[in-house]
Amino acid sequence: MNDAHVDDLHGDVSVDQLQLSEELLGVSGTASQDVAEYAMRLGDDALILAQQLGWWISRAPELEEDLALGNIGLDLLGHARALLHYAGTASDRSEDDLAYWRDESEFRSCWLVEQPNGHFGDTIARQFLFSAYQAELYRELQRSDDASLVAIAGKADREVRYHLDHATQWILRLAGGTDESRERITVSLAEVWPYVDELFTDDALTERLSGTVPQPSALRAGFDATIDAVLAEAELERPAAKPAMAAGREGRHSTQLGYILAEMQWLARRHPGATW
Amino acid sequence: MSTPGETGTETWPLWEVFVRAGRGLSHVHVGSLHAPDETMALRNARDLYTRRNEGLSIWVVPAAAITTSDPDAKGVFFESPAAKNYRHAVYYTRAEGVKHL
Repeated sequence: MNDAHVDDLHGDVSVDQLQLSEELLGVSGTASQDVAEYAMRLGDDALILAQQLGWWISRAPELEEDLALGNIGLDLLGHARALLHYAGTASDRSEDDLAYWRDESEFRSCWLVEQPNGHFGDTIARQFLFSAYQAELYRELQRSDDASLVAIAGKADREVRYHLDHATQWILRLAGGTDESRERITVSLAEVWPYVDELFTDDALTERLSGTVPQPSALRAGFDATIDAVLAEAELERPAAKPAMAAGREGRHSTQLGYILAEMQWLARRHPGATW
Repeated sequence: MSTPGETGTETWPLWEVFVRAGRGLSHVHVGSLHAPDETMALRNARDLYTRRNEGLSIWVVPAAAITTSDPDAKGVFFESPAAKNYRHAVYYTRAEGVKHL
């Protein structure tokens, strides 16, 4: 290996040499109506949570956490793009059509992701539960008979496991930190706990797609094991809060989603078709 | 080191980050960051310094654990090698008859 090459490895990559990888990894073919609806659920979850995490840029406790939450948000945005692109193939709509031109009742996201950012602990609690669910989901989805879903799940799986690790580290630190941090993370977990059950509810769509997608109820045991292990290490009790009447998969949402969509969509709607 | 966050104004401790870009290369200092402890420092380093595939391995070291030479004393500290040509191989002439040198 010559010296110049060593320098390259340690230095910056010049932009004209950079090979950008395919952004919508492995998505090909046209989704059936059912698969499109399913992809829209997953894509909307990822899109709404990405939008929420973006708020933290410049507002996290330290610059380093701005970056960490921003990175997680961008990972999720990548998943959302691929999933919504694929969902759109069934109705000849683009990922942008789906993201910017659907109204609240057309979104299929779960209630957990639309819960307010709150304070840092609230965001961590929400992320912890959601990443633990996604880790189960994307591991199992790689066994789908749908090649596009397998490709998306394969990329998302690695990223989501890092998100779970990040949230886990913070749960442990907030629970083991000061009396105040412990009290606050306990309350944060109790506040988002009611939105867990919705993630693991089977319905007619998932039953029709059995073989193509994992049944949500089958993911619950792995989720519980992940959560219980972390809570045990953090010496926290599993919250006892009753499930909320969440029905995001049918397009019924809490009031928060309206505010999130308003902020996310206004620019695209004010200047339709604009590019920059 | 005091407990991070003990007082409202205190920030997390500083860590120096070293990244190894490839097999056979050494870890190279790339910058620093704040983190509450070594585990989070590694994760923050991953997010801050390996966003574009820069690394295969990361070291984080508490900045406080690094002992540095005094920048104001660099004259005394580093100038000594000047004019000591005998420390360079080229200073020596090759004796006739020595082969393969």
